[in-house]
Amino acid sequence: MSQVRRFEVKSLARVEGEGSLRVRVADGRVEIAEFSIYEPPRFFEKLLRGRAIGEVPDMVARICGICPVAYQLTACAALEHALGVMVTPEITRLRRLLYHGEWVQSHGLHVHLLHAPDFFGVESGIALAASRPDLVSRGLRLKELGRRIMEVVGGRAVHPINVAVGGFHKAPQAAAIRGLVPDLEWALTAALDLIGEVRGFGFPGQPRDYDGVCLRSEEGYPLDEGRIVSTSGLDIDIAEYELHFAERQVPWSTALHAVMLPGETPYLVGPLARMNRCHDRLPSQTRQAVEACRIEFPFRLSAQSIVARAIEIAVACEGALAIARDAAADVTPCRVAWEPRAGIGSHATEAPRGLLWHRYEIGDDGLVRHAAIVPPTSQNQAMIEADLKAMLPAVLDRDDAAATFACERLIRDYDPCISCATHFLRLRIDRGA
Amino acid sequence: MAGSRPLGGVLDVTSKPRLAVFKFASCDGCQLQLLEAGDRLLELAGRVEIDHFLEASSRSVPGPYDVGLVEGSITTAEDAARIRGIRAQCRMLVTIGACATAGGIQALRNWGRLDDFLAAVYATPETIAALATSTAIADHVPVDFELRGCPVDRSQLLDLLTAVLLGRKPHVPGHCVCVECKARGAVCVAVAKGIACLGPVTQAGCHAICPAHDRECFGCFGPSESPNLVSLTGFYERRGTPRVDLVRLTRSFNAAAPAFRAESDRLEAGP
Repeated sequence: MSQVRRFEVKSLARVEGEGSLRVRVADGRVEIAEFSIYEPPRFFEKLLRGRAIGEVPDMVARICGICPVAYQLTACAALEHALGVMVTPEITRLRRLLYHGEWVQSHGLHVHLLHAPDFFGVESGIALAASRPDLVSRGLRLKELGRRIMEVVGGRAVHPINVAVGGFHKAPQAAAIRGLVPDLEWALTAALDLIGEVRGFGFPGQPRDYDGVCLRSEEGYPLDEGRIVSTSGLDIDIAEYELHFAERQVPWSTALHAVMLPGETPYLVGPLARMNRCHDRLPSQTRQAVEACRIEFPFRLSAQSIVARAIEIAVACEGALAIARDAAADVTPCRVAWEPRAGIGSHATEAPRGLLWHRYEIGDDGLVRHAAIVPPTSQNQAMIEADLKAMLPAVLDRDDAAATFACERLIRDYDPCISCATHFLRLRIDRGA
Repeated sequence: MAGSRPLGGVLDVTSKPRLAVFKFASCDGCQLQLLEAGDRLLELAGRVEIDHFLEASSRSVPGPYDVGLVEGSITTAEDAARIRGIRAQCRMLVTIGACATAGGIQALRNWGRLDDFLAAVYATPETIAALATSTAIADHVPVDFELRGCPVDRSQLLDLLTAVLLGRKPHVPGHCVCVECKARGAVCVAVAKGIACLGPVTQAGCHAICPAHDRECFGCFGPSESPNLVSLTGFYERRGTPRVDLVRLTRSFNAAAPAFRAESDRLEAGP
C-alpha cells in the first residue's frame, strides 16, 4: 500500500474570484494537481447571443470588475473588424490611454494589496500598511490615478460607460486629460522607484523555462495590436488563433483549459510572458530604470511576476504621460459611424493578466449570432497546474499549513482572475489514506 | 427595499464590530469598490474587525459576524445552501450590487433553457452543476439592506458602512436618474436627442454619467421608487423605437428586478 498524503486549500485568498486546489501525492510523487475554478459559470458567450452590437461593450465589461476595459476594447476591435470599420489614430490613442489606466489600476492593486503581503509574510495589504506605510500608500496613490484615468476617458472606473463600437460615446475632454499630466509625472517616478524596490525581494521556487505567448507589434510594448508570438517560435496573425490554440473542458473546473496545438501543451500569458518576449520594446525611461537596476531577462520564477508588473506599471505611466501631454483638443469625431451588418471578426489584446481573445459572428439581423471569449486565466490554468506539479516535491517535507501556503503563493504569482475565467482555490492535497 | 429605517445597533462600545465580505456569482467589481476605497479602507479597517474578506486577506476568522456584505447572485444549489449558512452567521446582512439585489446580467438565463446555456459553453455540460436561474440573495434569505448598482457607487458603499457603524439611516435616495441629470446640468438625451433612455425609471446613484456622456441610461441601479415603465416605453415606441430594442433595453443588468422583468415580459408578449 502506497503512502499517500492529501492537502486541501478550500478557498484561496487574495485572488479575484473563487477556486480551489486538490493535490494527491503517492510515494513522494505528485500524481494530481488539479487547480479548480468553482466560480459558478455565468455563460457570457451565450448571454451575448441575440444582443445588439452596440450593447456588447457594456455587457462584456461585466465579465470582470478588475479589468473591464480589456474586455470592452477587445470586443470593440473584434466587432469593428466584423463591420469593416477603421477607427482613427486619435481614437486609438484615447483607447490606449484608457487601457494604460486599467494596467496601472489592476497591476497597482495586485502588486500592493494582493501580492506584496506574500513577500513580507503578512495576511493582507491592510496589515502591510502597518509595517510599510510608505509602500502601501504610494501603491494606493498609483492605483487611484489608474482609476482617475479610467474616469476621465471611460466615464467610470469599474465598468466604464463611454466605450463604444467605433470609438467613444462622447469625446473625453482634452483639458481633463492634460490635467492628468502632473500626477502622471509623479506616477512614472514612483513606478520607477517601485521597480528598484521589488527587484530586491526574495523569490522562492525553481527556475522554469516558460513558453510564453503574447502580442508583438512593429513598435511599442504589447498592448492592443500585433502578431501572436511565443517563446517557442510561434508567429501568427491574430485571426489564426483558433488554429493554434484550443480550449479543453476538464472535469474538476468550470473554467476551460487552453492548450497550445498540436502538442496540447500548457503555455504562459501575462506580465512574465510579455516581459520575456518584448523587453526590447520598453519605452526609454522605463528601459533606463530596468538597466540601472541590472534586471536580467528572461524571468524564470513565477514570483518575479511582481517585478514584471512593476515594470509594466512604469510602461503604462510612460505611455499615458506621452498621450496626455499631446492632448491638444477634444477628438472629433470621437466615434466612427457604422451600420449593423452580417460579418465575422476576431481580435486579441493584452489584458493586465495576459492575452485576451474575442471572436464575434454577426447575423443578417445585425445581432450577435455567436461569441467566443478566451480570457487569460483559462490560458494560464494548465501552466499553473504544471508549475504546482514541479514545485510540490520541494515542499512535501513541510507540514500541511506550510505546503498549502507555498501552493497558494504560487497561484497568486499568476494574479488569476477567476471571475474572468468566466467560468479559483479550494486546495486539497491528498497525502494519504 | 429596506431603506427607510436606521441600520445598526451593531456599534458596541466595548468591541469593534466584526465585518465579513462574501462572494457569489459576480464580476468582483462591487467588492473592488470596497478594496479600492484606498485610505478610507484603511480608516475603516481601524474601526471594524475585517474578519473575512477573501479577496483582500488570507486571514479568515469564523463567525458569527456583526455585518455581512454579500456580492453576487445565487446560481447553484451549493450557493443556495451557503447563503443560508451565512445568514445564520450575520446579525445584519447587506447585499451589494445588481447581482446580489436582482440576479445580475447572468439572470438573462432565466428566460432560456439551462441546457441550451450549458451546451453553448461546455463540451460535456453534465459535469457542470448550475441552477436554471440566477436569483437575488433576498429570494433566498431575509436581507437587511440592499445597495444597488452595477457596480455599487463607492461613496454610497462607504456611507452605508458608516451608517451601519453609527446606527443611522444610509443616504441612499430612491428617486430617479433624471434628478441627477438636472442637478449636474446635463442635457436630457431622451428629449433633446430622441434617445430611448431608462433614466426616468432608474434609481439614482451613478451621478447620471451616461446621459452626461450623450448616451442612454441602461438601468445599472435598477428600478426607482414607483417607476412608470409602461408609460415610458409606450412613449418611446410611439416615437419610433422598435419594441425589440425596448425589450433588450429593459432586459440587461437588472433584468430580473421585478419592475423591469414585468415590463420586458409585457413588451415581448403583448401588442
